[in-house]
Amino acid sequence: MMQLISLLMENKPGALMRVTGLLTARGYNIESLTVARTTDPALSRMSILVDVEPHQKALVIKQMSRLVNVLQAADLSEAPAARRELLLARIKAPLPNRAAILKEAEIFGARAIDSSPEGFVLEVTSEGEKLDEFIEILGHYGELEVTRSGMVAVPLEPKKLKLSRPREVGPALETEPAGANR
Amino acid sequence: MNDKTGHFRGEVMNGARMLLECLAREQVDCIFGYPGGVTLPFYDAMYDHPIRHVLVRHEQNAAFAASGYARATGRVGVCCATSGPGATNLVTGLVDSLMDSIPVVAITGQVATRLIGSDAFQEADTFGITRSCTKHNYLVKNLADLPQIVHEAFHIASSGRPGPVLVDIAKDVFQGQGRYEPVSAIHLPGYKVVVDGHAGQVRRAAQMMWEAERPLVYAGGGIIAAAAHEELRELVEALDAPAVCTLMGLGGLSSGHPNFISMPGMHGSYAANMAMTETDLLIALGVRFDDRVTGRLSAFAPKARVIHVDIDPAEIGKNRAADIPIVGDVKRVLKRLTQSLAETKDEMRAAGGAARKAWKRQVRGWMEEHPLTPEVSADEIKPQHLMAEIDRLSGGEAIVTVDVGQHQMWAAQFIRFHHPRLWINSGGLGAMGFGLPSAMGAQFAHPDRLVFSIVGDGGFQMSVPELATIVNHGLPLKIIIMNNGYLGMVRQWQELFYNNRLSSVQLDNFPDAALLAAAYGFRGRTIEHPRELAPALEECIQEPGPYLLNVRVTPFENVYPMVPAGAAIHEMVLRPPQPVEA
Repeated sequence: MMQLISLLMENKPGALMRVTGLLTARGYNIESLTVARTTDPALSRMSILVDVEPHQKALVIKQMSRLVNVLQAADLSEAPAARRELLLARIKAPLPNRAAILKEAEIFGARAIDSSPEGFVLEVTSEGEKLDEFIEILGHYGELEVTRSGMVAVPLEPKKLKLSRPREVGPALETEPAGANR
Repeated sequence: MNDKTGHFRGEVMNGARMLLECLAREQVDCIFGYPGGVTLPFYDAMYDHPIRHVLVRHEQNAAFAASGYARATGRVGVCCATSGPGATNLVTGLVDSLMDSIPVVAITGQVATRLIGSDAFQEADTFGITRSCTKHNYLVKNLADLPQIVHEAFHIASSGRPGPVLVDIAKDVFQGQGRYEPVSAIHLPGYKVVVDGHAGQVRRAAQMMWEAERPLVYAGGGIIAAAAHEELRELVEALDAPAVCTLMGLGGLSSGHPNFISMPGMHGSYAANMAMTETDLLIALGVRFDDRVTGRLSAFAPKARVIHVDIDPAEIGKNRAADIPIVGDVKRVLKRLTQSLAETKDEMRAAGGAARKAWKRQVRGWMEEHPLTPEVSADEIKPQHLMAEIDRLSGGEAIVTVDVGQHQMWAAQFIRFHHPRLWINSGGLGAMGFGLPSAMGAQFAHPDRLVFSIVGDGGFQMSVPELATIVNHGLPLKIIIMNNGYLGMVRQWQELFYNNRLSSVQLDNFPDAALLAAAYGFRGRTIEHPRELAPALEECIQEPGPYLLNVRVTPFENVYPMVPAGAAIHEMVLRPPQPVEA
């Protein structure tokens, strides 16, 4: 069952590995994953699309929230959210086909960002399924090479972010640590 | 300059020394470790530093010893290894601490930053390898980050649900010079620990307890981790409910408490498993509904509503849905729960009162119907007899570490623990080779306490090299080998479920214990007759130093009761199949 997960995390080495490790340890295949920094360069936003067994969905989110580097983990599979994916396609376009290809592109809201005698590079942004159709159609016109960004998503309603406050490091611990028995 | 706290401020020093300053600030008094190439600067700094370094004989045992130290004290245990093989050897010990939520900080050396990724000598991707073996881990490539990271590591290891944290430090960070400025605060914005349980949920839980007719307290390792044993006793007494302690929770409620039943689960008692099956309210405190406790999950506690208290939200609802989930520190939550029970006592107590009395009688009846009684024979030492004798000498007061297998289960069944942190075992991971090194850690923490290390002949042979460490430091450990000549638990399963085809489970050529101990410079002895048992154990604990007692027990004894894999826990097999008369 496809699960779309949105994470806000610290932009630190190894943070990505901790998140993906929770999925790969279960033998899950990640369908797509995107990560980039936010307006605060210390933080990254990650979107993951992954095939998860239904009974594991809630646990995966909880275990991600538990990671020290993760500030917030949300399941956007059902939640109201804007979802988009970018596709870049290089298509061989011999002269007789060129106009038809550009017409198809227009129908899908794609635009050409590079043109050469051999063909075009097209760019389109949409929800995932629309892109599949676009690839299908373009395939009829000639040789196609496709790069997809993977799904990125943002929830339509903001979720309150709960963060921990800084904690003092004492010169020497005054109180016994939890569970101490000396 | 040395300020009042004994720490050096503003002084130029190398990274190795800075690390020691941070460790001292975290009140570390002892590190279990093994040196190597890249940790040379750290070992040089330790040469004249008051923190004690214990040289083990294998890094895995450093991790187990740190775990034993932490389990015996509740303080963070520290171990140290060099890069490459040193770090990879720590892995089993780290996973053991992760599974049992034990606070450990592991320091490893890494090759110099400019060499990382070049397949340098003794290079391994320790940061990557230990990602899933730790609660959190770090790779330190800049000296400026070191103090901050070390304090973060101790905070993460010891707070919330405790666990192991590894800090991998590049050699040039140890060597680099810098001005040491003690860190005043750490900030981990994403590290959330909820300690106070939801007040409304606590009230609802108290009400549900009064309404219950057959309540049962199911207490686990979280009680020990949170030092909530007093609060647990108060709750059990306020409700006058029967209680079970899991393998990790033994000692959380004294084995001598009148409401204590015993351990539940695969090798739990009849009464504990029947109580789990018949209860109408399971009060789950610091437990994770482990498969060895629940048996077939769909048939576990089928009549019960569940109150589940745990500090880790990911544990709640993981295996069993909770009717009342409470995320929080079990110590604080229990205090409030007991308070809430007292406040509502007059109006609510009658609700299930009479039924609860009948329930206690029923549990008592199950305990009398099938008590855990040690087998005793006139010609052979039964393993259960051995445990009962150790129990007699301990009187619920000694520290007992065990390895993994049959002896571990018999020890859990027959040895009483009147306090927390006396029972030390590898519960979640079930790591053989744990018993002896964890006992070293416990004995270092409590030099004057009686520490038994009960091990099988299999697990003992995984940790033999540590005998040198034990002698080296004069640790007066009482090492008791329950020697049946087999990997007994594996053999038990081969007998019962694999047509008695005993494949690679016989441990021949066990060394002569007296000679082995003598070779290391201490006393040891082998016994095989029941009449020798009590005097030999007396002699063992009278010995001022370490003692190796090799006890030849009935080879083919198996652990009962037993819940077969995939069965419900009330479907336990109570005794071995009896021969049928013709």
